[in-house]
Order: sequence, then C-alpha cells, then structure tokens
Amino acid sequence: MKPTALIAEDEPLLAAHLRQELLRLWPGLEVVATVGDGLQATSQALALRPTLAFLDIRMPGCTGLEAAAALAEDWPQGPGAAPFPLIVFVTAYSDHALAAFEAQAADYLVKPLEPARLAACVQRLQARLAEREAAATPGTHALDGAVAQLRALLAAPAAVAAVPRLEVIQAQVGSVVHFVPVAEVIYFEAADKYVRVVTAGREHLIRQSLRELMPQLDPAAFWQVHRGTVVQARCIAQARREESGKVTLTLHGRPETVTASRLYAHLFKGQ
Amino acid sequence: MVLLCSGISLVVAGFRLDRLAVGAAYSFPIGFLCWGLNVLGRLGLAAAQDALDRLRGRPLRTQGWGCGWGAAVPSTVFGLIVGPSLGLSVGDAISGFRSPSLLDWGSRSTQVTLGVSIVAALLATWAISSIERLAAAREAAQAAQRVAAENQLRLLQSQLEPHMLFNTLANLRVLIGLDAAAAQQMLDRLIAFLRATLEASRTSAHPLATEFERVSDYLALMAIRMGPRLQVRLELPPALAQQPVPPLLLQPLVENAIRHGLEPHVQGGRLEVSARAEGDTLVLEVRDTGVGLDAAAASGTPGTRFGLAQVRERLATLHGARTGLVLEPAADGPGTRAVLRLPLTAPHTPA
Repeated sequence: MKPTALIAEDEPLLAAHLRQELLRLWPGLEVVATVGDGLQATSQALALRPTLAFLDIRMPGCTGLEAAAALAEDWPQGPGAAPFPLIVFVTAYSDHALAAFEAQAADYLVKPLEPARLAACVQRLQARLAEREAAATPGTHALDGAVAQLRALLAAPAAVAAVPRLEVIQAQVGSVVHFVPVAEVIYFEAADKYVRVVTAGREHLIRQSLRELMPQLDPAAFWQVHRGTVVQARCIAQARREESGKVTLTLHGRPETVTASRLYAHLFKGQ
Repeated sequence: MVLLCSGISLVVAGFRLDRLAVGAAYSFPIGFLCWGLNVLGRLGLAAAQDALDRLRGRPLRTQGWGCGWGAAVPSTVFGLIVGPSLGLSVGDAISGFRSPSLLDWGSRSTQVTLGVSIVAALLATWAISSIERLAAAREAAQAAQRVAAENQLRLLQSQLEPHMLFNTLANLRVLIGLDAAAAQQMLDRLIAFLRATLEASRTSAHPLATEFERVSDYLALMAIRMGPRLQVRLELPPALAQQPVPPLLLQPLVENAIRHGLEPHVQGGRLEVSARAEGDTLVLEVRDTGVGLDAAAASGTPGTRFGLAQVRERLATLHGARTGLVLEPAADGPGTRAVLRLPLTAPHTPA
C-alpha cells in the first residue's frame, strides 16, 4: 500500500517546502493533507488515516502535542483498523526538551530543516514502516506504543506559573451568578469554548476553557480522564475496561457514565 | 592589627629596644582584647537585633553583622572598658611586673594605658568601619550592575525570541530557493530588525517615524511567515512623524499582539498600529483582532509579562506619572488593544 502523509504547519511557505522536500526524498509518498492548525490536524488525520503525520509543535488551535494526544484518544482500534500514524514533531526551538522528542516520537525535526537531516528522518521512517509490515499484529502495537510515548511527553512539566486553587466557581445565568463549591463538582466537561460544571443536583455552563480551569484544580482530587473531561476521583464508583482500550466510569450521584480515553486508562488499573 | 600593636609597643617603650618586649607584652594583649571584644560586642548586638526583628516578624537587617555607628560605638566602648583591664592582667602574667589597678585614676601608668588604648581603638574602629563601608558600597554597585546586565539580557532574549528567529530563518531559507529577490528583501528587513534590537539600548530616543519603520520591518517578516492570516495597517499622521520616542517602545506591544493574540488564532486577523495627538498627549495604540486577553492568559504560550513591565518602567523613568499603558479588551469587536500615553514633547503642527 502506498504510504500517505499529513503535514500540519501554520506557516504556508514552510508547509509547502516540507511537502516538496518529502516528495523529492520519498517518491512513493503521497501527501494527503496540509493543514494550518492543530484542530484540523486531528480531524483530518482521523478522516484520512495517514501513515505519517508531521506536526508542528506551536500551532494555532492547539499544539502539535495536544493534536497527537487527541489523535491517540480517538483513533479507532480493533480488527481491520488502520495502524496509528508514525508521528514526527517539527519545532523551531525546543519548547520541550529535545531529548523527550528523541525518545518519544518516531522522530523530530528542527526548523530550519536541513536536507541531510530530513533525508535521515525519511530513512528512519521507511525502516519503521518495513518493521511494522513484517510484524504479525501491526495495528495494536503501534497504537499502544504511541499511547505510552504520548503519555510520557504530556507528563513532561510545562512552564506554567503557580495559580491559586479555585474554591468556588461562579456560574452566570442571565443576571444571576450561582456559586458552586468546587468540592461539590462531580465532573467538568469541555463543550466548545465553555465548560459544563456538573454537580449531583444540576449543571452550569461557565465561559472558560478546560485548559484555563485545569491549573486551578487540585490534581490529586480532580483527575483528567479524557482531553475534554476532568472527574473528581472520590465520585467515581466503578471503572470498567472496554474492548477498545477505553474505560467506562460510573459515578456516585450521577446516572450517566463518563468515558476515560486510552491515554488515561492506566489510572484505573486496580490493586 | 599586628602593625598597630607593634607601633604602640614602640611608642610605649619610648623607642628603646630594651623596653620593647615589655611594651609588646602589654600592648598586644590589650590591643587584641579590645579588638576581639569589639567584634564580639558587634556580633552580640547583631544577634540581639535579629532576635528582636524575628520576634516582631520583621525582615532581618543585620546579615549577622552589626553595621553602622549604632553598633560600632557601643561595641567599641565595651571593648575599651573591658579590654585594657583584662589586657593588663595578661601583660602582668607575661612580663612579671605588677601594674597598678586601672581603678587607680591617679596612677600615671593607668593614664598612659587608657590614653593609648582609646587612641588606638578609635583608629582601629575608624579603619575597620571604613573598610567595611567600602566593601558594602562595592557590593551594592556590583549588585546594581548585575541587575542592569540581567535586564539587558532579558530584553535581548525577549526580542530575539528563538521561536521567532528560527522560524524567520526557516522561511528565509525556503524563499531563497523560490524567489531570490523576495528573499533579499526579507533579509534586509531582518537585518534592520536585528540592528535596531541590538542598538536600542544605546540611544535614548528616536523619531516616531523611525519607530514605525522598525515595527513595519518586524511586521513584514511576520506577514511572510503567517501569509494571509495576518493583515496589517500602520497609521502615522505626518504631523507626529518627528515626535521623539524611546527606541523599541512599540515593539514589545506589537510582538505581544502577534504572539499572544493573532498567532494562536486559527483564522488569524488584523493588526493596527496608530498614533494620534490628544491635547498635549501623544497616544499610541496597538490593536489586534486575535484571541483576546482571557484566552491568551491561558494559552500554551505563557508570557513572562516582562515586555509590558519593561515598557511601563521605561515610560515611568522618562516621564514619571504623565504616562500610562493600558491593556484591555477591544471595545469594538474581538481582540485586545494596548494604549500608550506620553507627553508630546516636540512642537507639532496639527494637520
């Protein structure tokens, strides 16, 4: 099967150049999509199932790392599913430790791209693909490997300033502001630019992103179980591991279930 | 200290070598005891002051060492009272003589001992405190120099942000192959930008028109990088072109608008830089239609706030309270605007 690639790079000249150089070095490769932001990187990769994904780290929408994590969460699994793409991170400067990329991604590239370095990357990717084709059960291993690697990358400490802990959430509904103690929240769920704040009794919408909210929560009490869901640990009644590698959580005080993605499934391993 | 004691021994011995040993037997113990007790006294005072500060919950002031005359005078007096009497006993023990008690005011030897001790102690205290004061001044000067150097470095680092620099170079590298003339233009802009950044600390002011040129260099680089995602409008009325402003005053504001406002915004947007006169005030405005202040604060590219703090500091140093920098959500749509106010200095002709 002909290998395919997705390129996510927000600077048009650089995207066109990477595409051109890749095609020159790898005549059999087909570039199926070139996108300019992190959100499209995830959605296009899910739609087109490329063999390779070149992700710029700093992009609008979300970072290349976050796009890769979202991809690992939503990538279909099971018999007949496409193998998880080999991911190459591209960065102008190591916002994260370069060593982490070296260990965790299929490869990483530093801008400006050097032709020799890109050629080495292509060779490395071709070798990985050949290895994968030789292996008996390609799909599962690739995804498991990628999930473990992304977990390690996401766990790398980001330079975030200390933020005071949030005690009470103020949710505005029309002209009334509801005060919701954080301790009463069962889970938070991202909904576009808003966050749903769900308690036993009711739910509120706050005009804030989950990314803004997360640093203000106690990470020991509130566990991220999906890129869009944060659950208060003491409200989890039961965790059931599914075939797909995801985990279904039933809750104290709420009838509905919450899904933990495979990126966070390791939190529910039992004792 | 040894020199001082030897000198005193000579004086006391009346410059006769045969009596030198006896003089030294007294002056060395007296001198060292005065000095040692003085030091002990100051350490004691410092400890007491620290303990008091700790009790009152104030920050410690002494750094383990009593400073200034407030500590030097009492400890010197303490050294002078206790030092000679102890020193005389030690001297007696060494030389085998028996000196009259120091309480015997009428005795000539008492007067000599006390007189010499007081003069020597005053000399020593003065010398030591001058040395300390010099050292403290030198340390303060070094600290100030260190802070200035650090600020300079952080300013350079914030302007030569590696992400910006390497991405620009990456674009330039590609452009050389595609369009050599465009690449040369881009390189010229980069050179002008780098030169302005490195030279900014050397001049205190340049015309507003020059400042706008530097901003347009930077924006031209960004326009190549961001492509159609960035639209730019610069508006400088000719009447204000010669207004003197500190170099690279607008630069951090424009960079913030790009980095925190427009770069993270998927659709990109518009950046407007304008100048206008309001009465005797020069108003400079940088407005973007980017993600806005709240989103920028929580985005993956946390700022150090150094850029804004630095602009405020420079303005305050130059013009005091007559200046201001306000960063607020844009009133007429999405995005952010930064408004700078400073006094109009050169005469301008209203257009």
